[in-house]
Amino acid sequence: MDFFEEMPSLGRRDLMNLRKGIDAGFRSFSRSYGEDLENFFDPLLQFLIFFEKLLIAAPWPIILLIIASLTWLGSRSWKIAAGSVICFILIGYLGMWEDTMSTVAMISVATLICISIGIPIGVLMSRSDRLQSIITPVLDVMQTIPSFVYLIPVVMLLGIGKVPGLLAVCIYALPPIVRLTNLGIRLVDKQVLEAADAFGSSYWQRLKDVQIPLALPNIFAGVNQTIMMALAMVVIASMIGVKGLGIPVLQAIANQYLALGLFNGLAIVALAIIFDRVTQAFGKRLQRHQVGGPNV
Amino acid sequence: MSDSEALIRIEHLYKIFGSRPQTKLSLVKQGISKQELLEEHHHVLGLSDINLEIPKGSLQVVMGLSGSGKSTLIRHINRLIEPTAGEIWVGSGDVLKMEKVQLREFRRHRTAMVFQRFALLPHRTVLENVSYGLNIQGIAKDEAYKRAERWIERVGLAGYEQHFPAKLSGGMQQRVGLARALATDADILLMDEAFSALDPLIRTDMQNILLDLQEELHRTIVFITHDLDEALKLGDQIAILRDGGMVQQGTAQQIVMKPADDYIMDFVRDINRARVLRIRGVMAREGLPENADGAIPEHISLEDALPRLASAGHEAVPVQNKQGQVVGSITVEAVIQAMIRPDHDNRN
Repeated sequence: MDFFEEMPSLGRRDLMNLRKGIDAGFRSFSRSYGEDLENFFDPLLQFLIFFEKLLIAAPWPIILLIIASLTWLGSRSWKIAAGSVICFILIGYLGMWEDTMSTVAMISVATLICISIGIPIGVLMSRSDRLQSIITPVLDVMQTIPSFVYLIPVVMLLGIGKVPGLLAVCIYALPPIVRLTNLGIRLVDKQVLEAADAFGSSYWQRLKDVQIPLALPNIFAGVNQTIMMALAMVVIASMIGVKGLGIPVLQAIANQYLALGLFNGLAIVALAIIFDRVTQAFGKRLQRHQVGGPNV
Repeated sequence: MSDSEALIRIEHLYKIFGSRPQTKLSLVKQGISKQELLEEHHHVLGLSDINLEIPKGSLQVVMGLSGSGKSTLIRHINRLIEPTAGEIWVGSGDVLKMEKVQLREFRRHRTAMVFQRFALLPHRTVLENVSYGLNIQGIAKDEAYKRAERWIERVGLAGYEQHFPAKLSGGMQQRVGLARALATDADILLMDEAFSALDPLIRTDMQNILLDLQEELHRTIVFITHDLDEALKLGDQIAILRDGGMVQQGTAQQIVMKPADDYIMDFVRDINRARVLRIRGVMAREGLPENADGAIPEHISLEDALPRLASAGHEAVPVQNKQGQVVGSITVEAVIQAMIRPDHDNRN
């Protein structure tokens, strides 16, 4: 009867040994490969530092000008461009310029990494149902596992700093772009694909002339989601030493500084809204060929 | 290759859809019915022992109702679908022996396809769509646009080059589809129910465009349709499929005058025979009249010949071919006889 009353479980000692074994295994792995991994990521670190310094060192009017032109190019909307510039002026006026630049650098690099890894994975995934059934649960884990849990091995491997922070952000922000690239390509009209085949497209021609362009609205929704997820990780990443708007928020939590937390939090919100509106407007323009959109 | 020689030759072609088609092939060859194959063996019979020869420069119509295998058949010619058994030859090339790269080149240069639902690239303009095939062939953009422009004009879409397909009506979209297929200079044109999605008036329009173009281009066209009127109007040769099998092949005349079975008889019963049948098909070829006075051309329809025959009364009227030679004679009685709808009983 005992069997039904108490769930069978490993003994306390066995359980401890199991955990110790895993920890020791990982520790020895990180001891032997940690340095190699750090070297591997070094170019990334250098680039991140360079980009961050560039943003911080550049005269603020130039940055504002770049923001204005980028947002306008993306959205073709004066409202969004003007709104973005006003937000950045306010951010600067309230003394958060440097932190914001660090965060922007971080988000940009993380998004670029996610795009350059995520789109190819999504493309491969769309080609094979088997690969899809393998990758989908991995993406589920990446999105649902509490971020703190994978911070542990990342920190054990790479210590504290920008690169582990970047890695943590990427793990969290990668899934949407992979999913939506895969989905977008799978949703491409089968008849158009057949036409591409009938005219003798090679695999590459089919991908670049038909699949990617037709999947682009979905892919872009993925980019948008990826940016949002990356921004959501800013505060958590600051716990392992990533500079930016997250650090003051952490301080504010620890010391109950309401205003500090509010200002920095709102700055993150402002960034999120700007990124979101610009990418969404851009995504919509990609569908201008549909009925009702303006010509040319 | 001479003109009379077959350009496309399909021999003993079988297609069975399902998980293990090869194992069911012998059953199909023994003549198992489509129904039985599906219910007992869970395989779908696509095509069964199809033999078809299509001469160079001719317009071959393949007709059948939905599920008859006609769309499957046309996709075998450029191997969008792999057969279960059989042979497909285009010219002296064995299509089934082609390697991947060869097949790609074959599709780029020898065949072009027009689709029922147009299958245009929605993100590209008319000009970019028409130059798509050239694009894939690797032709430089300027040259491709120049050639595309010519075809856009030829199908009557000049001025629409920069429009996106979604803005055009169905008929106009299919003109884009047709121009796209013609632009590649492929000698074989595969048209899969190309006009079936269009309104009747526009369909007639497109049929005339196609016939006009063919007059001048002499491409080899395989045209799929479920519409007998369309088949009779367009086809030099017509093949009729039913449940994956070939029921009858022949010219419009042959099919209307001598339907092979009740299935085809039902099809041809309600067509306008006066419009479909040509004088050539019903004239007497013996006892040719001496002189060609008041001769009528052999290729006009009975409908068009009637007024002239009526004025001739009971006398036989000479019939001449395009070269002006007298090739037969015709009376109004013979024409009326030919227009009588056949019954099951007096079928020949």
